[in-house]
This record gives sequence, structure tokens and C-alpha cells, in this order.
Amino acid sequence: MLMINILGALLIIAIVYWFWLFKPKQVQSNDNKVAIVVDNGVYQPAQIKVVAGKELTLNFDRQDSAPCSETVIFPQLDISKALVMGDANTLKIPELKVGEYDFHCQMQMYKGKLIVQ
Amino acid sequence: MSKNINSSSQNFIIEGANCGSCVAKIEKALKTVSGAQRVEMNFAQRTVQVEGQADEAALIAAVENIGYKAKPMSNDSEQDALDEKAKADDAHYKKLMRNMILALGVGAPLMLYGLIFDMNVITTTQRIAWFIVGLATLAVMAVAGKQFYNGAWQAFKNHAANMDTLIALGTGTAWLYSMVVVITPNLLPEVARHVYFEASAMIIGLISLGLALEVKARGRTSEAIKRLIGLQPKTARVIRDGQERDIDISDVVKNDQVRVRPGEKISVDGEVLEGSSSVDESMLTGEPMPVTKQIGDTVVAGSINKTGTLLFKATHIGSETTLANIINMVKRAQNSKPSIGRLADVISGIFVPTVMIIAILAGLAWLNFGPEPSIAYAVVAVTTVLIIACPCALGLATPMSVMVGIGKAAESGILIRNGEALQVTSKITTMILDKTGTITEGAPTVTDVITFNNSDENTVMQHVASLESSSEHPLAEAIISYAKALNLTLSKVTDFDALTGKGVIGTLDGQTLLFGNKALMDKYHVAIDDAYEQAQTLASEAKTPMYFAVNQQLQAIIAVADPIKADSAAAIKRLQNKGIHLVMLTGDNQATAQAVAKKVGIKDFIAEVLPDDKVNEVIKRQAKGEIVGMTGDGINDAPALAQADVGFAIGTGTDIAIESGDITLMRGSLHGLADAIAVSSATILNIKQNLFGAFIYNVAGIPIAAGVLYPFFGLLLNPVVAGAAMALSSLTVVSNANRLRFFKPAKS
Ligand SMILES: [Cu+2]
Repeated sequence: MLMINILGALLIIAIVYWFWLFKPKQVQSNDNKVAIVVDNGVYQPAQIKVVAGKELTLNFDRQDSAPCSETVIFPQLDISKALVMGDANTLKIPELKVGEYDFHCQMQMYKGKLIVQ
Repeated sequence: MSKNINSSSQNFIIEGANCGSCVAKIEKALKTVSGAQRVEMNFAQRTVQVEGQADEAALIAAVENIGYKAKPMSNDSEQDALDEKAKADDAHYKKLMRNMILALGVGAPLMLYGLIFDMNVITTTQRIAWFIVGLATLAVMAVAGKQFYNGAWQAFKNHAANMDTLIALGTGTAWLYSMVVVITPNLLPEVARHVYFEASAMIIGLISLGLALEVKARGRTSEAIKRLIGLQPKTARVIRDGQERDIDISDVVKNDQVRVRPGEKISVDGEVLEGSSSVDESMLTGEPMPVTKQIGDTVVAGSINKTGTLLFKATHIGSETTLANIINMVKRAQNSKPSIGRLADVISGIFVPTVMIIAILAGLAWLNFGPEPSIAYAVVAVTTVLIIACPCALGLATPMSVMVGIGKAAESGILIRNGEALQVTSKITTMILDKTGTITEGAPTVTDVITFNNSDENTVMQHVASLESSSEHPLAEAIISYAKALNLTLSKVTDFDALTGKGVIGTLDGQTLLFGNKALMDKYHVAIDDAYEQAQTLASEAKTPMYFAVNQQLQAIIAVADPIKADSAAAIKRLQNKGIHLVMLTGDNQATAQAVAKKVGIKDFIAEVLPDDKVNEVIKRQAKGEIVGMTGDGINDAPALAQADVGFAIGTGTDIAIESGDITLMRGSLHGLADAIAVSSATILNIKQNLFGAFIYNVAGIPIAAGVLYPFFGLLLNPVVAGAAMALSSLTVVSNANRLRFFKPAKS
């Protein structure tokens, strides 16, 4: 029984670490043109480093038919874009200041971040 | 309708083009195809547009010959995108329904068997039989539940957790435990040798059903946008080189001359050059009455030409049209959330990992403290917690209602800028109304002509209008248009002079004409004793009386007033019935202000205010803790509109400042204001219902699933019930939001 309790506690620690503490890997884009695949409940890549003060072109390739993925929202930028199935979803974002900008789907199940440096 | 041949173009998506040099190669290859006139490739989007009459198959072959792939892309107009989306939704719906039938087809008989007999595993025969059932369940999970497991795995790899994670874990737990029972029963006490295969299959079936119904209901939520986009005609009849031809709407350029016949839709914004007709703009403004359009008037895309043929010059095309602006604004607003919805966002953001932890804790609690067979109870509790906890309903609650509410408002000509404006509108306690242009028409007209000394109205008006045609006074326009309505021809006045604060003077046919107030008459010693009292009466009715004299003899009193809009009083009554305190502001004098306020039933009014005072009035009321709405018709009200908690800009139809104010009322009537408040209250109520509904499923559902009721009532939820509840919760939220579509603001 003790073993099971310790196992349970370890599992909880693993969940906290994996989902909350882990810093996901970031993808660097030098030309500020990024292709993002929307599939299986995630954006890929989800953590994107881009250069400040330069127009940004994001191209979303939506493979996921779940209704959640239908719209991508950038709350700080007041941008929302409906995504059609396939890769014809180009979003141009005017030059951004240094900072971090989240983006997510309607229900916040798919999450990503633009890191502007 | 026939389509202009020269304007046809085909679009393709190019696959395999990874370098800039591919562009030249592909363009060159396409140009060699016979019929291809202009080829243009967009490398960023990897699309290519070919104009002309080339054969589609030949174009595709040309691209494939040089090692790339071309896929025809449908016309990327919004309408087509929506059709495509509807098709995709339909396919998604069918797939979900198929999965549902498959999973329930296996799950339901199993569950029925479980209800009649027990699903215990004791004998070897039973073990073999259940092993086969287990494999069948696995097959169902792999086929019907594939998307959940895929999604869960992809999300896990990316350190994300979503509803797929919960479904995969829940059904996975139930299946694994059952398989352990079947394969190595000795690991478990005899009483715990029970299988839960039916739960895994049923859960997948029920959630698929829930999602399918949600896809259907969602489609209906965006109806308002679909309807607005549907207003955009696809072709326009344009006159080029002296010939009329139908061309694609995207090929219309500014200053094109466009012809529209009765019953047709107006294709782009423009200015009428020829003809007159009544035009139905109700789809944009909410104004039920058709508007008469004549030379010089503006027409907007999406409205319907009713009676005559119009020729107009295109002034705004494509994304610049009023309709396109409205669509854009509604779309943007539909995706913004009011602050009451943000809490739900924060919660659903951290939700899934939290639920996983709760499930583990519940499982441990059952193992440590639960009755025998504790391991069986633990498995049921873990599975049920995971399944019932999907935060989907919570995430949907706000956006669904906002989408319907803002769309609903747009249908009545009310453009709401964002979710926040929607929320604050429902809480307004004080509404400040600008008089001119808001309560009144904003355009002065002649209301009374009283003649004296045997003069007649036509002569008087001919003289006064001739005199005023040299004046730049705002009232001059009212006088001149009144004279025009009487078909009078104006004469040339000499020696014209305007005396500030008094009136105007001039000479016509050797006679001296005087037009102005009492001060002017006194200055030129005109006797007005007979008329003074009548003039005072007119003034008390919110009219501005002016005296007209010829050669020092009084000829007439002409009264000019800014008439109150026909439905202002009724709309004001509606606002007051909602308990909103109304304040009228005006730059006019006290007497006029009082008369207007009395007529429409406003008790609180302030006269002789300057634009700056309007802002101060808003600030003053806000300081008292009031939530202040300000309604005005534009430029001079702009500072007050910005200062108010919600600024309502009255945009009289077309050239509106859509960008100013939090809410734009496309219709001139104040009923729009009352409607806006009604729609906003209904939407906020709907959001609250949704949030309550969604929270209840999670807040009450999770502890019950974990087993808190067991010690008291011996109640532990069946995982299948959890699956049904989860499917229901999203469906409840989406259907409740859809209920808003039938909302109609009460007219009295
Ligand atoms: Cu979801």
C-alpha cells in the first residue's frame, strides 16, 4: 500500500513537472515567416521566437477538424482569425514590440506563444 | 447571369515549391499553356493565379511536368470559404456519427448484458469470452476513438493536456484494468474481478455523439455572419467602353460606372449619377422603410434596389465597402470576450492537469480508505473523474453567446465593437443624449409662415429665399429648400449684408429686404407689435421665429425648427422603463431645450452646453458612481463619447464613423439604443446561464465522481453516466447560446 501511495505522489509530481514547469523548446525564425501546423490539439511549433520591429507572416496549416481549432486568437493584439482546413491561412501581423504574445484557440486548449526579441 | 469571359481566373495551390527560383519556373511553365494570359504566383502562400481561358487539366499537367504538384483552389471569396467550411463540418459530423454508431453498437449490448447478468470473471470460459470482448473493445477504441488517442499523444509530447487527454486516460484506465482482470485475475481479490469494457466503448460513443451535435449547433451560431456575407453580390454590371457587361465583383475598380436594375442588389458603395429609386437598406441599418435615392445620394453595397434603375459611380470597392467594414467589425467583436468570460479562460487553462491530479488523489483515497473491493472502486472513481471533467463546456460558454449576441445586434443595425462594450451596456444607469441629431432630426426645417399686411406666402418665401441664398447661416438651407419645394425661382439680391446676431439685409427690385430677429427690426424701426406675441408662442414650442420686412413694413414671421424624430418619445419611454436615468444635453437656449425635453418626456436636461461641457458632464456623473452611456451623432460629441463608459455613435446610414464610439447605431432612430441595451442584457444573461451550467457540471460533477457522496448515500457514479454528462454539458451550452437567436427586443 505504501508503495502505491508513493507511486501516486510521484505521478502527481511528474504531472506538475511535465505540464506546468517544463519549458517547451522554442523555434527561432529569422525571416519572421513561420509555418504553424494545427493538428491533434496542438500548434506546432508552439513557442516561436521572432525579431522585433519587422512584419510577421504566420501561415497556419489546419489539419485538425475539431471545432476548437477553428479560430486562432491573439488576445493582446486583438487579432482573431478563422482557420479553414488546409494551409491557406496566412496571417500578417504588423511589426511588434519586444515581449511575449500568447495565442490560442477559442477554448484555450491549443496554446502557443510568440516571443518577440 | 452571364460572366465576362476576360475576367475569369483559376487558382491553384502549388505543392513542393520550396525555393524562390521555383516561382519563375512554375510561372514560365504555366504561361506556355494555351489560353493562359497572365500568371502570377504568390510564393508565401504557394498559390498561383492564372487568368484567361486555359484548360484546368492542362495547367495542372504543366506544373507536374516540371516536378511540382498543383491542386485547384476554389475562389477564395468569403462565401466560398463558408460553403467549404459547411462541407467540412458536414464531413466531420458524419464521421463522428459513424464513430458513435460503431462504439454504441458494441457498448450498448455489453452494458445491457451487465445490467442483467454480472460481468464477473471467475471461470476459464468466462476469461476466454471476456478476452475476446476486450479485443473487440480495443478495436472499437482504435477505430472510433482514434482521434482522441492521437490528440492526447500529440498534446502530451508538446507538454499540453486537453480534453482528448482526459478521454484517453479515462477509457484507457477502464480498459487496462479490465484486461488485467482477464489475463491475471490472481493479482486481484475475487470480488474485484469485474470488467469495465462497456464503459470504454460507451464513453467513446457518447462523447462522439455530443461532439456531433455540437458541430451541428455551432454551425447555426454563426448564421448572422453568413447572412451578412451573403448580402455581397458576386457580380456587378459595369459600363466600360460604352458597353454594359457583368463582371466579377473583385474586378470592379473605383470610379467604374455601375448599373443596377429593380430587384437587384447593389454591388459596391457608390454615388448615384443617374435615375432615382427606393432602396431597401434594412439588412444594414435595421431601418424597415426603404430610402429614396436620387442623383448625388450614396448607395451601399448589400442593399436592394426596389423600384427604379440607378446608375452610380463606384466610390468604395472590395474590403472598403461599408458592408465589408461591418462584417469585419462583427467578426472581430465576436471573438473578443467580455471580462466575465475571462475567469472561465483562466480556469480551463490550468484545468486538465489539475483534474489528472484530482483523479490520482481520488484513486489513492479509495485504495487507502475505501470498502472492499477498494481497487475496483478506485478504478471507477478515477475513470469517472477523468471523463466528467472535460472543460469544453466552460470554454464554450462565453464565446458562443457573444457570437450569437453580437450577430443578433448586427442584424438590427447595431454594431458592437467588442465583448466588453456588450457587457458594460447591460449595466448602464445613466444615459446622456445629445439633442441635435439624436433626439431631433438634426436638420432644421421651416415649420410656420405667418403673413401680415396682405402679403402672400409665395411672394414672401421667394423674397426671403433670394435674400438667404447669399447667406451662410445654417437656417438658410432650411429656407431655401422650403422655397424649392414650392417651385419658386430665386432672384439676385444686391447690397447684401449680414449683421451678426441680428439677421440679413439686401436690395431686390429697389426694395429693402430685412430678415432677422427683433433686434434687427428695432434697429430699422419696423413695427412688430402685432406679431410679437405670436412669435413668443412659436418660441415656446422650441421653434426659432424670424421677422421679414420689406421697406420697413412687416411681411411675415417665419419659424424654423429642428423637428423631433417621430419615434424619439416612444424609444425614450422604453429606456426609462428599463430604469435608466436620461439626461439631455444641447447647445440650444433654455426655452428650446425645455420644449424639446418636455415633448419627449425627459425631466433632466442641460441647455447651452459647449462640447467641453459635454465631457465634463459625463465625468461628473461617473464621479457619482453612475455607469454612463453617451449617445451622440459624431464629431462634436466625440470627446464625450470616448469618455463615457459606453459611447453610442449615431451613424446616419452610410458615411459613418464606424470607428468612433463603442457601439454604432446604423439606424437614426433611438429605438436602436433601446434595442442595443436589450440585446446586451439578454446576451449577458445568456453567458451567465452558460457559465453556471458549465461550472455545475464540473464543480458538482468532479466531487461526486470522486466519491464524496459514497460515505453518506453509497453513491458512486457510473463512468458511462459521466460520459453522457460530459457530452450533454457542451450541448447544453451551445443550445442555450442558440436560443439567443430568437431573441426579439420588446417594442414597448
Ligand atoms: Cu474541447
